[in-house]
Amino acid sequence: MATAEAEIQAGYHPHGRTGLWDWITTVDHKKIGLLYGATSIIFLLLGGLEALTIRTQLIRPDNHFITAEAYNQFFTMHGLTMVFLMGMPIAVALFNYIVPLQIGARDVAFPRLNALSYWIFLCGGLFLYSSFVIGAAPNGGWFGYANLSERPFSPGPNMDFYSLGLQILGIASIMGGVNFVTTIIQLRAPGMRLMRMPLFTWMAFVTSFLLITALPVLAVALFFLTFDRFWGTNFYMPAAGGDPILWQHLFWMFGHPEVYILILPAFGIVSEVIPTFSRKPLFGYAVMVYSGSLIGLIGWGVWAHHMFATGLGPIADAFFTISTMIIAIPTGVKIFNWLATMWGGQLKFTTAMLFSVGMIAAFTLGGISGVMHATSPHDLQQTDTYFVVAHFHYVLVGGTIMGVFSGSYYWFPKITGKLMNETLGKWHFWLWFVGMNLTFFPMHFVGLLGMPRRTYTYSAELNVGALNALETVGSYIMGVAAILYIWNLVRSYRKGEPAGHNPWNASSLEWATTSPPPEYNFGRVPTVRNREPLWLEGKEQVIADAQAAPGYIHMPPPSYWPILTAIGIATTFALFMTHVWWAPLIGLAATALCVMNFAFESTT
Amino acid sequence: MFVRERELPRGRGLARKAAVALAGLWVALALAGCSGPHPQSTFRPVSHYASTLNALFANTFWWTMLVLAVVWGVLLIVIIRFRERPGAEPPRHVHGNTTMEILWTIGPALIVAFIAVPTVRTIFQTQSAAPRDALVVEVIGHQWWWEFRYPQYGGIATANEVHLIQGRPVDFVMHSADVVHSFWLPRLGGKRDVNPQPETVGNTAKRVNHIVLTPDSIGVYPGQCAEYCGTEHAVMRVRGVVQTAADFNAWLQAYNTPPAPPAGSVAAQGKQVFETHMCLACHTIQGTSARGVIGPNLTLVGGRQTIGAGALPTSEASFQRWITHPQGVKPGVLMPGIQEGAAGMPPTGLTGAQVQQIAAYLGSLRIPAGQPGANPVAGGTPAAATMAPPAPAVPGAGLPAAATSHDSMKSPTTSGKP
Repeated sequence: MATAEAEIQAGYHPHGRTGLWDWITTVDHKKIGLLYGATSIIFLLLGGLEALTIRTQLIRPDNHFITAEAYNQFFTMHGLTMVFLMGMPIAVALFNYIVPLQIGARDVAFPRLNALSYWIFLCGGLFLYSSFVIGAAPNGGWFGYANLSERPFSPGPNMDFYSLGLQILGIASIMGGVNFVTTIIQLRAPGMRLMRMPLFTWMAFVTSFLLITALPVLAVALFFLTFDRFWGTNFYMPAAGGDPILWQHLFWMFGHPEVYILILPAFGIVSEVIPTFSRKPLFGYAVMVYSGSLIGLIGWGVWAHHMFATGLGPIADAFFTISTMIIAIPTGVKIFNWLATMWGGQLKFTTAMLFSVGMIAAFTLGGISGVMHATSPHDLQQTDTYFVVAHFHYVLVGGTIMGVFSGSYYWFPKITGKLMNETLGKWHFWLWFVGMNLTFFPMHFVGLLGMPRRTYTYSAELNVGALNALETVGSYIMGVAAILYIWNLVRSYRKGEPAGHNPWNASSLEWATTSPPPEYNFGRVPTVRNREPLWLEGKEQVIADAQAAPGYIHMPPPSYWPILTAIGIATTFALFMTHVWWAPLIGLAATALCVMNFAFESTT
Repeated sequence: MFVRERELPRGRGLARKAAVALAGLWVALALAGCSGPHPQSTFRPVSHYASTLNALFANTFWWTMLVLAVVWGVLLIVIIRFRERPGAEPPRHVHGNTTMEILWTIGPALIVAFIAVPTVRTIFQTQSAAPRDALVVEVIGHQWWWEFRYPQYGGIATANEVHLIQGRPVDFVMHSADVVHSFWLPRLGGKRDVNPQPETVGNTAKRVNHIVLTPDSIGVYPGQCAEYCGTEHAVMRVRGVVQTAADFNAWLQAYNTPPAPPAGSVAAQGKQVFETHMCLACHTIQGTSARGVIGPNLTLVGGRQTIGAGALPTSEASFQRWITHPQGVKPGVLMPGIQEGAAGMPPTGLTGAQVQQIAAYLGSLRIPAGQPGANPVAGGTPAAATMAPPAPAVPGAGLPAAATSHDSMKSPTTSGKP
C-alpha cells in the first residue's frame, strides 16, 4: 500500500487540486471514467422518463395524454439519448476505468484528449437537451430521415439541435476511439500480448476501431444536412436534384456499425463475468476474439438491411440479406462459447452473474428476431412496426443494458473498494428482467398485428389495446428496477462491505491492484506471463508488483484546457443557431485559441 | 435432471418456477395475440403475395425457434446442473475444444443456408414486373393523406380509400409529393417506401416504387403509413377496398357522373357554399367547379368509411367537426378551420350554418343506397368486412395449387367471378 509520503514522491496532485476543481481539471482515466459513468446514468434516467411518457401515452387507443408534437419529440429524444448519451458513453465509462487496468497501464495514451472527449460529450448532451428549454426538441426520429429533416418540412430549430448536437457528440466519440486504439496498442504491460488481453479489452479495441471509422460517416451526413438547412445546399432535396436516399445510406453506413459499437462492449463484459463466476477460463478464447473482430468487420457490409422497404432492387436486397444472415454465425459462436464456459463450471449467481446470464437469454431472442428481419421479403411486413421495436430493445435493453448492469455490479468493488448490496441487486435483476420481457415481448405481436412504430396514437379498431397496456405496466416495473439500482449504487458507495482487491477471485490484471486503485494504478507494472495472471503461476508476484510502494512515477498534471476547448467547440456549433453566417467563426476563433494553449501546455 | 430435483436447494426451484411462469405468460400472450379480429394482422393474408411472405416467414420462424430452443435449453440445463455446490472440487480448466467449436459454427451456418436460399428466391419472385393486364394505381403520398390515381380510367383521382378488383393483379406505382412515406396494407402484403421524386430529371428517370399483388378476397382492409413522416404520421391511414369487377365498375360510373343534390335541399346549398368559398382552392369534386389539387379529391367522399385519412368515421357530424376545427381533430393537419389558418392559408371564416350545409353536401356524395356499388364490398357490410375476415365471394376463390408463387403471374380468371 502506498503511504502518503510515497504519494507525494509519486507526484499526483502536484498542484494540490481537490473537490470540484479537481474533477473539472482531472486527466486521470479513472476519474474521467466516473464522470462518463455518472453522466450517462443521469441520461439513462432522462431517457427512461421519456420512455415512460411514451408508454403512458400508448396505454390505451386514441389516448390524449400528450400531444402528437410532444410525443414525436419524446420518442426522438428517447432514441437519441439512449444511443448517444447513454449507450455509447456508458461503455466508454467502463473502457476508461477498466481497460488501462486490464492491460497494466498507468493511464490512457492521451490523458488530456481523454478529458477533452468527456467535456465535448457533456457539452453535446447539454446542447441537445437545451432544446427542451425552448420546447423545440428534435422531432424527426433518431435516424432523422431526409427530406423530412430539411428546412421546408422542419422549419423550427428542432432538427438544428439534431444536426449540430450529434456533430458535437461525434467528435467526442472519434477522439475516444483514437485514444483507446492507441492505448491498447502502445501501453500494454510487458508480456501482455494481444492474444493475452482480456476479452473486454479486445471488445473495447474492436469498438474503438468502429468508432474511428463509423462516426466520420455520420459526420459527413450531418454536415450535408447542416449545410442544407442553413445555407441551402441541396444534398437531400429532391426538388433540386438532391437525394433523400443518400441520407439513408450514409446514416445506416454509420448506423449499423453503431449497433455493434453498442453491443460489443456488452459482449466483452459478459465474457469477463461468466468465466469469473463459473470459475473456469473462457471457452475458445481465440475464437471469441476472432468472432468479435469478424462481427466488427462484417458489420460494415450490412447497412442496407435497414432499407429493404426503400426499394433498392432485388440484387441489393439479396446481397444484404445474405451478409446479414452471415453475421449471425459469429454471433451464434459467441453464445455457444459462453454456454460452454459455464458447462462443467461452479456457477455462483451473484447479481453480476444473473445479469450476464439474463443477457445471454435476452440477447439470443433479439438475435433470433434479427434473423427474421433478414428474411427480407417478410421484413416488408416487419420493418417500421413494433416488431422491430421489440427486436432492437431485446438487443439494446436485454443485451447492452443488462451487460452494462452486469459490468457495474462486477467492477463496482474495484472502483469504490466496496461491495454492492446483493439483496437489492437481486431485486433489481428480477424486476428488470420481468419488466423488460413484459414491455418488449408483446411488441413482437403488436407489430405483426399491424401497429407501426412512431405513432403517437393508434386506432381502437386495431385491437392491440390490451397488449399495449401490458407493455406499459412492464415499463413501469422497469422504472422501479432502475430506481432500486440507483439506490443500490448510492447506498453501497456510502456503506457497502469492504471488497478487498479481488472479491470475486477473478483472473485479470485489474484485480491485482488495490480497490480503489491508486492514481498510478500499479506500484510496479507487473510482467504478464499468461492469459489468467491471477489464476496461474506467478500470481503472487503479479499482486506484489501491482501493490508495491511506488518509486518516482510521472503522472500528467491536471489541465483546464480540455474543458475550455470543449466549450469552444460546442459554442462554435451552437452559434449556427443564430443564423448569422459569421457567428460560428467567433466560436472557431475561441476554439483555436484554446487548442493552441492546449498544444503548448507543459505536461511535466 | 429431474431425478436430482429433490437435492436442489430452494433457490433453484424458485428460479425454475419463475422460468415456467415466464414461459406460461408468453404462451398466453401468443394466444392473445392471435385471437380476436385484427384488421391489420399480417397473419391473415388476403393476397397470394402476402401468403408467400408468410410461408417464407414460417420457414425462418421454425429454424430460428430451433436455435432458440437449443440455446435456452442448454442455458437452463447449465443453470440448474452446474450451480456452485459447497465443498465441490474446483472445475477443470478447459480452454476449448476444436471439434465442438467447428460443429457449432457449421450448425448455424447450415441453418443460415436453409433460411437464405428460399429467401433469395422469394426476393426475386416478388419483385418482378407486373403483368400487362394489371390494374395500375398511382399512389402519391402526402402529409398526411394518400392520393390514388387510375391512369387506365381517365386518370381519375381519389383519396385514402383505394378501390381494387378481386382477382385482378394491381400494380401500385408509388411516389411522394413531399417527404418519404411507406405504403402498407398489411393483409394485402408488405410495405414499400413512397419516395419523393427528383423533379429535375424529367419523366425518363422517374423514380417510383412498385407493389404488385392480386387481392384474393372481397373486403375492406385497413392499413397506414409506416415511415415516420411528421406530426400526423399516426393518422395517415388508408383502406384497401377489394370489390367485384361489377362493383368496381359501378364505383367508376358513379365517380364520373356523381350524384347531384336535389335543388333547394340543404346539400344543394352546401354545394353552392363549397363552390364559392375557399374549399375549391384545394379540393376537387368531379362534376363541379371545384378543381383544387392540393388537398384530397372529395368525389364520393360521403361513401368513404373515414374522413381525414382515418381521423373520424364518416358522418355529417364528423364533417362538421372537421370543417369547423380540423386542428382539434388532427393537430398539425394542413387544412384551415373556420377560425384558424393552416399551412399559410387564412381561416375559412365559414358560418355555423354554412358548415352544416357543406357537411350535408359532402355526406350526400355517395352512391345512393340500393344502387349497384352502394355497398362497395358485396361480401358483407363494410363494417363487418373490416372487423371480420370476409367470406370469399365464390367457393374456390383461393389460389389454385399449380399457380406460380409470384402473384402477378396469376391470371385474373383463376379467382372466379361473383
